[in-house]
Amino acid sequence: MVALVLVGHSPELLGGLRAMLAQAAPGLLVGVAGGTDAGALGTSAPLILNAVRSALAEAPDGAVVLLDLGSAALALEMALDDLEPSDRARVRVSRGALVEGAVRAAVEATGGGSLATVLAASEVPPGRDKLPDDWPADGAAPVTAPGDLARRLAP
Amino acid sequence: MSGALVVAWLHLAASRVAAERMHLTDLDAAIGDGDHGINLDRGFAALEARLAAGDVSIESPAPILALAGRTITGTVGGASGALYGRALLRAAAAVEAGPIDAGMTVVRVAAALRAAVDAIAALGRSRPGEKTMLDALVPAVAALEAAAAAGADLPGALRRAADAAETGARATVPLLATKGRASYLGERSIGHLDPGAVSSTLLIRALADAANGA
Repeated sequence: MVALVLVGHSPELLGGLRAMLAQAAPGLLVGVAGGTDAGALGTSAPLILNAVRSALAEAPDGAVVLLDLGSAALALEMALDDLEPSDRARVRVSRGALVEGAVRAAVEATGGGSLATVLAASEVPPGRDKLPDDWPADGAAPVTAPGDLARRLAP
Repeated sequence: MSGALVVAWLHLAASRVAAERMHLTDLDAAIGDGDHGINLDRGFAALEARLAAGDVSIESPAPILALAGRTITGTVGGASGALYGRALLRAAAAVEAGPIDAGMTVVRVAAALRAAVDAIAALGRSRPGEKTMLDALVPAVAALEAAAAAGADLPGALRRAADAAETGARATVPLLATKGRASYLGERSIGHLDPGAVSSTLLIRALADAANGA
C-alpha cells in the first residue's frame, strides 16, 4: 500500500486530519510531521525526514507527501535531499489541497492504488465536488427554503 | 574564522535576537504571520542550550556551524528556519572544504557567506529585489568579497559587510513582496521593512561585532 505523509505547521491540525483519515480509510499508513521539534507552530526538516523514512519503511510501494502551505516546501526539500536515492525514488509530493487531497488520496491508497494514481487523486483541484453544481459561481449564498431551520428548531 | 569566533558570533546573535524578538515579530505582523522574532529566538535559545551542553567541540568552525544549522532548521519553524538552517549547513560545508589550518581569513569567511547566501537563494527560488533576506545578504557578501579582494582585515571587512546589509535592508521598504507570506498581501506589502532582511542584518552585524571583539 502507498502511505501518506502529512506535513504542516500545526501538530493539532495534522492530528485532526489523521483522525479523519483513520475513519475514512481504515488501515491507511499515515506519517505526520507537524510543527517544530518542540511542537511549536512551524515546520522541521529533521521531523519531516523521520516521518518520510518511517513511512517508506512501512510502505514498499512508496509515499505521497501533502503540505499545508508553500512555506513547508522549504523544509520538505531539505528533508528529501537527505533521503537515499532508492528512497527518494519512492516519494511523490502533491500540489493538492491538504484536507481534500489527503482524503481522496487515502481512499485511493487503501483501494490498492499505485504511487501515480494516489498522487493524481490528491491533486484534484481544490473545491471541486465540494459544493453542488448549481451553487452560485461567485460563492454567494443560495436561497432555497428560507426560514426552514428556524421552523425546525422552534419548540 | 576560528571556532571561537563562530561561538562568539552565535552567542552575540542569540542575545540580540532575544533583545529584538518583539521588534522582529512586529515587523512580521505588518506583512507576514507575526512570528519571525519569536521563532528565531526559540531557535537561538535551543542553540545556546546545545552549545552550553558541550554538544560540539569549539576547536574548529565547521562542526559548530553544522550544529547551528541542524538546530535552527529543527526549532525555528517556517520558511526562515529552513532558509537559515540550510545557509548555516552550507556555510559549514564550505568551511570544511577549505584548508584545515588556514584560520578564518577574510577569503574563507567570504566563501562561507557566499555559500550560505547562494543556498538561501536556491532554496527560496529568490533573488534581490523581492523584499527578502537576500536584499540584505547579497550586498553584504558582495561587500565582503570586495574587501577580501582589496586585502582588508577580517574585522574591517565584516564591518563593511554589515553596513551594506543595513543599507540593503532599509531599501526593502518601498519594495513589493513577491515571495513568501508577505506576497499574500500584494501591494499592501509596500511601505514596510522586510523582517527577514532585518534579521539577516542583525546576524551579519553580530558577526562583525564578534570579529571586532564586541
